[in-house]
Amino acid sequence: MLQAVGLSCRRGERRLFSDLNVKVEPGTLLAVVGENGSGKTSLLRIFSSLLPPEEGSVLWDGQDIHQLKELYAGQLTYLGHLNGIKDDLTPLENLMSATSLAGEPCSNNGAKEALEAIGLKRPIHHLPSKVLSQGQKRRVTLARLWLSTRPLWLLDEPFTSLDAASTSVVTQRLLAHVQRGGLAVLVTHQEVALPAERLQHLRLAG
Amino acid sequence: MNRSSMWEAVSGIIKRDLLLAMRRRSDAAMSVFFLVIVASLFPLGVGPEPAVLRTIGPGVLWVAALLACLLSLSRVFTADYVDGALEQMVLVPQPLAVLVAGKVFAHWLISGLPVVLLSPLLGLQFGLDGDPLGVLALSLLLGTPTLSMIGAIGAALVLGVRGSGLLVALLVLPLYVPVLIFGAGAVTGSMAGVGGEANLSLLGASLVLSLFLAPWATAAAIRIALE
Repeated sequence: MLQAVGLSCRRGERRLFSDLNVKVEPGTLLAVVGENGSGKTSLLRIFSSLLPPEEGSVLWDGQDIHQLKELYAGQLTYLGHLNGIKDDLTPLENLMSATSLAGEPCSNNGAKEALEAIGLKRPIHHLPSKVLSQGQKRRVTLARLWLSTRPLWLLDEPFTSLDAASTSVVTQRLLAHVQRGGLAVLVTHQEVALPAERLQHLRLAG
Repeated sequence: MNRSSMWEAVSGIIKRDLLLAMRRRSDAAMSVFFLVIVASLFPLGVGPEPAVLRTIGPGVLWVAALLACLLSLSRVFTADYVDGALEQMVLVPQPLAVLVAGKVFAHWLISGLPVVLLSPLLGLQFGLDGDPLGVLALSLLLGTPTLSMIGAIGAALVLGVRGSGLLVALLVLPLYVPVLIFGAGAVTGSMAGVGGEANLSLLGASLVLSLFLAPWATAAAIRIALE
């Protein structure tokens, strides 16, 4: 279970949010919505432990994530709004180096299946990533979700530049994740087509 | 956290960086060519007097190696910072300092090792021969990893800063001074017949110290840059 207790965040002079309390139970997805600049990404970065909160704390199964450190990193898959894709590597190499770095190395075939699951066909696997479109690059990043066995997923606007078909494929993958008892926090401007009992919204006022 | 998964993550990062360097050979070649050109300019400018060249040789070669290292420093973390790969590096179940050490090692293989291998050839231009040539290569073998380690701290500190190339030079060059003195001193000592062992030992000690401390300092700087 992921829990935020009395979180507040300030970027420069601006206070983005204060005294924020939220709880994400296993098997549910938290969709963080709000205007541009309302602090959605900052909240996600606080959840990921990249950004220390100004006040309050984030608890994973009752323990502060800044005390758990690497143990917490072993529970989580974080995909930020940057893709982390190297233009000079192929999608296959990008995916395999990302998973081996994350400590979940996958086989060549496993990576190919994940790329196909998100709709990137085999001929594309061996092209340099710089020739891919923005949406295709996004899909290379998101293919990690098919290889991740981590319970907590933190995704920053995963649907950006995806077409309708890929959006629904990713949504299906999210549904499968929460049905297996996983947790997810999603920053998004789009409706997430999940059953209401699995979905929780958090609106940041900005 | 077990040891094999740590090794896997580190070797993965080294392999990825080497693969990237292979795909962009021109980047890696640039600092090596810079070294060759700078080292070749001095005999042309100072004149072909063998005694003068032998005197300035060790110092010139070491300064050229140091500047070549500086030139490639900005590449260590900047690309990863811009495309988001650095965030992923921070959020892995391994200590960041260990991954940083892997990245710096890859950087040294790409830009430091060629300098070491080329140095005897460049030394010949300055009339060095025999023992001093060997000591030159050995001093660079011990010294260039130290330069990469110290440089990584500077490169991480200036992440996201405008005009970072010049800033990193200002930050790092003063810290390079001891390495330069020991390195050039080792070669000069061996030319004078007193042997370079003392200076080489000091270079070795600097290497051990920087291996021990620099990855932690770099990791802390990266975390601050990503906040």
